[in-house]
Amino acid sequence: MALDGNAIGGLLLEIFAVDMTSAEATCAACGAVRSVAETMVYFRGPGTVVRCRSCTSVLMVISRVRGLNCVDLSGIEALRVRAASA
Amino acid sequence: MAGTAVRGRLIWQVATVATVTDETDAVRTIALDLPDWPGHHAGQHLDVRLTAEDGYSAERSYSIASADGEPVAITVERLDDGEVSPYLTQELRPGDQMEVRGPIGNWFTWGPHDGGPLLLIAGGSGVVPLRAILRHRQRSGSSVPARLLYSSRSLEEVIYRGELDQYRGSAEVRYTLTRRQPPGWGGFAGRVDGAMLARIAWPASQRPLAFICGPTPFVEAVAELLVARHYPESRVKTERFGGA
Amino acid sequence: MTSPVSRGFHRLSRPGDAQAGKLPPGQHATTDFPVLSAGPTPHTPLQEWSFSIRRGGKTLRAWTWPEFMDLPAETVTVDIHCVTRWSKLGTVWRGVPVPALLDQVAHDAQYVLAFSDGGYTTNLPVKDVTGGQAWLAFDYDGQPLPPEHGGPARLLVPHLYFWKSAKWVRGMELLDHDQPGFWENYGYNNYGDPWREQRYAGD
Repeated sequence: MALDGNAIGGLLLEIFAVDMTSAEATCAACGAVRSVAETMVYFRGPGTVVRCRSCTSVLMVISRVRGLNCVDLSGIEALRVRAASA
Repeated sequence: MAGTAVRGRLIWQVATVATVTDETDAVRTIALDLPDWPGHHAGQHLDVRLTAEDGYSAERSYSIASADGEPVAITVERLDDGEVSPYLTQELRPGDQMEVRGPIGNWFTWGPHDGGPLLLIAGGSGVVPLRAILRHRQRSGSSVPARLLYSSRSLEEVIYRGELDQYRGSAEVRYTLTRRQPPGWGGFAGRVDGAMLARIAWPASQRPLAFICGPTPFVEAVAELLVARHYPESRVKTERFGGA
Repeated sequence: MTSPVSRGFHRLSRPGDAQAGKLPPGQHATTDFPVLSAGPTPHTPLQEWSFSIRRGGKTLRAWTWPEFMDLPAETVTVDIHCVTRWSKLGTVWRGVPVPALLDQVAHDAQYVLAFSDGGYTTNLPVKDVTGGQAWLAFDYDGQPLPPEHGGPARLLVPHLYFWKSAKWVRGMELLDHDQPGFWENYGYNNYGDPWREQRYAGD
């Protein structure tokens, strides 16, 4: 089932403790920069696969293994997340 | 693991059902009492976790139906073969408890400072976050022009119809009925297409901000139509819904 | 923190649960056929489709769709078990036993890495795709395999968790050493025996 990054906003909130849907991710494969909300998300399978909407390469894979969220971010070259105001 | 337990408390909160309101035959709005709720922005959603007596739990995401500053409410559509929606829309009653995680999502949100003109396009239950946006726009006294195009199978399945019809004059609300139309229906019929958008979408030259919400095929078809009308991708925000 | 019970909520009752005796540990029976994937559904036209057996970067043997359809096929009824805990009993498939393809290549490989359209991979010992345990399936329930379930052809290896039954399969790489595939790289078990509940690495 293909949704978008909004659908894993809660999971990402649990992992990163800040909203990540508005974070901008640079795809390591094609260089496209888009918000995490705009990624293609496949879940309900063994893990959650997050893909670049521009080139479909895998950006992120999140597997839940024995109470741990295992996050592979190697498909993301850079992330920009808004800092909390001073 | 005290640290984890504390973080768990900060992430999941216990919510008590305050009221339930049937919107249509298959759709119900649930207002929640969440004493430690930090507030939310129109467009955001929350996650619900239900736990059964035997420890089995299920999680689902629902858009927040209420505007900034209003009590938290969600609107749930019953999927006949669902596990959670039949419970929420038929069994759940005031006083019952669930856990809630949120608010979630700083990207698919709108506030008056975001400007417009606003084009909101809803497919079925995708209207929920867009209704929250319209409520926030009205409650904040914003004069940003707004149009809602709401695709529904039939008029009986339109959610919030009374409330949406009240916007006449302050926002333009149009329905397109895809499966059946009442006798004498003079509004749009059939799926959202280029011809329909030509009549309702703001011209790209006005730099509109579009929000599209609904099932994935609906959202992607409409987004493509808006991009074809020269809306920059950065001004078209999308949220795809799917049955879990 | 213990979660409060949501009064009146319970898991969906499943008609297949009565067959609990036939289920591996931790599984429940389902009557529908969930569609799970790791990426967009590919739509390779049949005239472009091929299945190849490769080793060391070279294609040893390949079949076009008509050539594949000429191979001996059989109809099998098997139970399938997904690592996400659903099992579907008595599923009917038609496919070519994997040895009908593998045996046409002389090799001494111990392992294969199946690869699919869209980049998915999964690894298996050669002995688990031979001996009547694996097929290249092209029909499900009497109909051509639909794209969302892996059509035109997918691997079918029912004695292992279903992530090993690679959808949209396009070939196998022959290897001397076991090499983890997609889910195996992300924390899932290298072998995946549902009867020993080998879900995750280290199980």
